[in-house]
Amino acid sequence: MTKQMSRELTRQQYLDLYYYMRLNRAVEDTMVKLFRQNKIVGGLYSSLGQEAISVGTAYTLQKKDWIAPMIRNIGALLVKGVPPRDIFMQHMAKYDSPTKGKDGTSHFGDLDNLHIVSPISMLGDLIPVMTGVAIGGRYLGQKVVAMTWIGDGGSSTGVFHEGLNFAATQKAPFVLILENNLWAYSTPVRRQVPLENLADRAKAYGIESYIVDGNNVVAVYTTAIEAVERARAGEGPILIEAKTFRRLGHAQHDPAEYVPKEMRAYWEARDPIALYEKFLTREKLLDAAGKKEIDEKLDVLLTAEREFAENSPMPPAEFAQGGVYCTGDDCHKIRAKWERSIGEVTPPKSSVKPVWTVPGFGSGRGSGGADAPIHFGDTPAVMEKPANNSRPAKVAAKPVAKGAKKARAAAASASRKARR
Amino acid sequence: MARANGAPTNGSAKGGAEITFLEAIRQAMFEEMERDPAVLLMGEDVGVYGGAFKTSEGLLERFGWERVIDTPISESAIIGAACGMSYLGLRPICEMQFIDFIVCAFNQITNFVAKGHYLWNAPAPMVIRGPSGGGVHGGPFHSANPEMYFIHTPGLKVIYPSTPYDAKGLLKAAVRDNNPVLFFEHKFLYRRIKGDVPSEDYTVPIGKAVVRREGKHLTILSYAAMMHTSLETADALAKEGIEAEVIDLRTLLPLDEETILTSVKKTNKCLVVHEDTKTGGIAGEIAAILFEKAFHDLDGPLVRVTSLDTPVPYAPTLEEHFLPNAKKVFSAAKELARY
Ligand SMILES: Cc1ncc(C[n+]2csc(CCOP(=O)(O)OP(=O)(O)O)c2C)c(N)n1
Ligand SMILES: [Mg+2]
Repeated sequence: MTKQMSRELTRQQYLDLYYYMRLNRAVEDTMVKLFRQNKIVGGLYSSLGQEAISVGTAYTLQKKDWIAPMIRNIGALLVKGVPPRDIFMQHMAKYDSPTKGKDGTSHFGDLDNLHIVSPISMLGDLIPVMTGVAIGGRYLGQKVVAMTWIGDGGSSTGVFHEGLNFAATQKAPFVLILENNLWAYSTPVRRQVPLENLADRAKAYGIESYIVDGNNVVAVYTTAIEAVERARAGEGPILIEAKTFRRLGHAQHDPAEYVPKEMRAYWEARDPIALYEKFLTREKLLDAAGKKEIDEKLDVLLTAEREFAENSPMPPAEFAQGGVYCTGDDCHKIRAKWERSIGEVTPPKSSVKPVWTVPGFGSGRGSGGADAPIHFGDTPAVMEKPANNSRPAKVAAKPVAKGAKKARAAAASASRKARR
Repeated sequence: MARANGAPTNGSAKGGAEITFLEAIRQAMFEEMERDPAVLLMGEDVGVYGGAFKTSEGLLERFGWERVIDTPISESAIIGAACGMSYLGLRPICEMQFIDFIVCAFNQITNFVAKGHYLWNAPAPMVIRGPSGGGVHGGPFHSANPEMYFIHTPGLKVIYPSTPYDAKGLLKAAVRDNNPVLFFEHKFLYRRIKGDVPSEDYTVPIGKAVVRREGKHLTILSYAAMMHTSLETADALAKEGIEAEVIDLRTLLPLDEETILTSVKKTNKCLVVHEDTKTGGIAGEIAAILFEKAFHDLDGPLVRVTSLDTPVPYAPTLEEHFLPNAKKVFSAAKELARY
């Protein structure tokens, strides 16, 4: 087990968690207004009532760590340091937005500074990708943790399984937060997964899991920090199931009348921000004056951010054409950041004995060699019987020179007849 | 050559000799991993076993467990993870044990890997490679030519070489490219085709076709295994006084329009030979390019010799009927030459 770290939060940390949850909600409230004014180009999703999960988990990460947020993880973006204007502009398809209008919602990333991988709509696809980030970071000696989120519905995809299983076999420093908000669009969780606790899926991969009350930000934080530290220490990936509820419809268009009123009322009484305010007041960490200060701060900030976003232009039409390919060093200088000695992963130090060792039984033999058989259908060229008129299989090493007469090297007689 | 395909005996994999197509692939990976520690290999059975076709023979021994990764049978995870690694500046190579299985990761490739640079300015320098093609009785699930699924996807590059020289030079170029590159290795060529490669480091530019044989009566465009069939046919045609210009496309995305157009404007006739099935094959795309850019230069129809529009059948008699061959190319070319 990992060494026990102090989980006690400082006063400032308690207040940070509160601030980010408030910021998360205020940013989304602003977007609802923009949506109603027809200023949001596509759909608008909401994390109302789930803020404690995005904020409490992302708050455990170091600056160098990587996240890949899903649509209901605006809070994680804010904790990572994304300014609200970027989120507004993304939704409004503005030219100053991170993707300059090429994609919307929370679909943007930042490889160089904030270490955010952009999500795509296909649920679960981030799981193998973040597994790769985790393995890659470990390979480079960076001691980073990769984190992403998935819904109860998204946890039924094939990539969820492939990704988590691969992460487990690699003991990747990867933390997956499963937000069980009881609904996947209109389908209740029971129809998605026949399990009481989705965390039980971890057993199938031989990895650790936790279950946490997703509406209690301190519980989320304490659970996640333990998971992150264990993953960073090399214990392998960890799955956290955060139990919560999707308070609004799937997106703005969906009134979600399929959700029983009683169920909604039950969860509305468990609003994570209201609960946390009570806690902070009881613990004397926040008073009326402190709260007012935050109200005002958010108001000033979001007014300015919204104004900036609204003033940003739409992208010029021709901008649609460019950027499909990286054109080389002038476009991106791709350099891995090594934080371990390259000597450890290059010969001679990297050399190993290429055998599997089975505990209790010793090792097998390497399988190589010049004439090692290859998967069906092909025979070494040396063994092939030449057909009557076929020449040896040999082709020009270099393209023919322009204008050369009879310019072609020997035809490869890869005649298919040769084999019959 | 003592070890045409085997592990390097002295820790070196330098070329400078006549080698098989298979060895060219292995050398390219070996040398790129030697050159740049950011290059890794992932795939099923690529490590201890050296790959189902032995293309990674000796790599684990030299570069170790962190750089040569035997994965679970999870194509989406292999490609997804490679994409994540590429975001950190690594240059992973993914092996599909048979290229047929690449479609298991179709979503990861076409939605995640291919779109990142356009959408959020995230380059994904990675290579996805594996044995493709028919003619070895692999049957309907071990003989695929999946190029057209991916040629329809902006953001990818697609390479399909025919010679050891090109295979090695293009695979090295693919590893060094900042974009996701799909690299198809026709398994019929693996041990049947040999060719010289230089001893020094070299690359072959992606996106450039090459004239393999000059001629004036018609242009034959082809690639991969059918390249050899086309050259063989050109020899037979020459005996009848028909000089075919034979072009090896080598890269299918981006397509080298310039080389194609220059040749067709000279010969005024074009025959496309590919092992991929006919409907939606690259010959259709080439036809469209010629209609757009060389309509007045054409003295005859664009002719296609391709596989049948069926899955690849297993029995040798059926597969032989399914595939194009020198005889079919010969009669199509003769017909076209008459225009
Ligand atoms: C692979 C895939 N299939 C379908 C969709 C369409 N879709 C988007 S969100 C959603 C429901 C997701 O439910 P869940 O994973 O529980 O997340 P939640 O919306 O509750 O946060 C569906 C079906 C998708 N995005 N990806
Ligand atoms: Mg859900």
